Amino acid sequence: MSINWYKYSAPATFYGLAGRLAPWFGWAAAILTVIGLYLSFFVAPTDFQQGEAYRVIFIHVPAAWMSMFIYLVMAGWAAIGLAFNTRLSFMMARALAPTGAMFTFVALWTGALWGKPMWGAWWVWDARLTSELILLFLYVGIMALWAAIDDPRRGDKAGALLALIGAINVPIIYFSVQWWNTLHQGSSIKPSGTSMDEVMLYGMLIMAIAAWLYTIAVVFVRVRRIILERERHTEWVKHVLEGA
Amino acid sequence: MGGFLFTVIRRDLLLAARRRGDWLTAQFFFVMVVSLFPLGIGPEPELLKRIAPGVVWVAATLASLLSLPRLFAEDHRDGSLEQMLLSPEPAVLLTLGKAAAHWLIYGIPLLVVTPVLGIQFALPVEAIGILVLSLALGTPILSLLGAVGAALTLGLRGGGVLLTLLILPLYVPALIFGAGAVDGVLAGTGAEANLSLLGAFFVLSLIVTPWVSAAALKVSME
Repeated sequence: MSINWYKYSAPATFYGLAGRLAPWFGWAAAILTVIGLYLSFFVAPTDFQQGEAYRVIFIHVPAAWMSMFIYLVMAGWAAIGLAFNTRLSFMMARALAPTGAMFTFVALWTGALWGKPMWGAWWVWDARLTSELILLFLYVGIMALWAAIDDPRRGDKAGALLALIGAINVPIIYFSVQWWNTLHQGSSIKPSGTSMDEVMLYGMLIMAIAAWLYTIAVVFVRVRRIILERERHTEWVKHVLEGA
Repeated sequence: MGGFLFTVIRRDLLLAARRRGDWLTAQFFFVMVVSLFPLGIGPEPELLKRIAPGVVWVAATLASLLSLPRLFAEDHRDGSLEQMLLSPEPAVLLTLGKAAAHWLIYGIPLLVVTPVLGIQFALPVEAIGILVLSLALGTPILSLLGAVGAALTLGLRGGGVLLTLLILPLYVPALIFGAGAVDGVLAGTGAEANLSLLGAFFVLSLIVTPWVSAAALKVSME
């Protein structure tokens, strides 16, 4: 089966597709979350170094991955929107930002909960933590810019430009880790293998996939709202709203 | 092409020279913010020396923000910005010239005052030199990135506050590397690494930001 991508780049057709797919992603995310949390909290062994407190990573690490990944996807949609002037890409960028900001906040929050027993401090000004905080500021700035501009077309483009500039900034901040003496531990998962117990790794990967699916589901639901709002003057939206 | 760039810079400098009050506020703001720290945390020389690089750098970013909203606003109000964008000259040169003029008006006086502030904060001569050098490399970054923010928020309600929200996160690398260079001198580890990074960030901003602010200006003028 081949999919006609151009067909689905029109908000009207994408609206239906997103509506049909969102529940599937949502349920898959819910099931994987239950499995992942069960593995994380009941099956995975206690860490020999960090005791039970390490179990925060099953939420912390997927959230941190998603926070950065969603920013890059958002910037990617912004770039596509600027290059091809497609309306749907800007809507996708707008729909992604709140979820990205939420995951950034969750990563910071769970990191603080983990930091207290491990480092004896809720917060340290280490490169990793600071770069994540700046990521949150970038999300907030972009959403504030969108909120401040009433004209949707101008808002789309202005927000997209800011997202792109921020995307250049993120790696610069991120790589400053290498020059700083940093307290945050390095990655346990490496291409050559992992230093973790297998169950731990599976628990974390399942949670990460669940976070992915959750993001897709939420973004589809949110982009449907945005499409309805933007296209409220068109015939097909009137049909949809009368049918509902 | 070069002629157009030169004209833009000359025009902004002339405008600034005709009303000195406008741009001197940012300089006085800088000096005052820096001077508030010894009053707030106590005049102990060791402590002041320790915090001086960060304080000066933070004050420099805030002073830059203070002067940025006016970068395009007045030309926008009297319609000359639209004419400049409609002219056949490339918009990139316009934004580059505007940012360069902003740096000449706001950055250079900052560099001139900084040694005095360094002495007030009991910094050794070598550290003062690096502080001035780091500001000389760093303040153009602030002007270039700031031009993007000023173009994005042109004509918006509460544009000044919004500008702060958008631009401060982007200023962070300049702040880290700039203050880090002076800290390096004070700690005896040298300033080269941080200055090189600051220089790289400057070059990157110089290449990227004029295009982005030109695009942002066009979006704002639609």
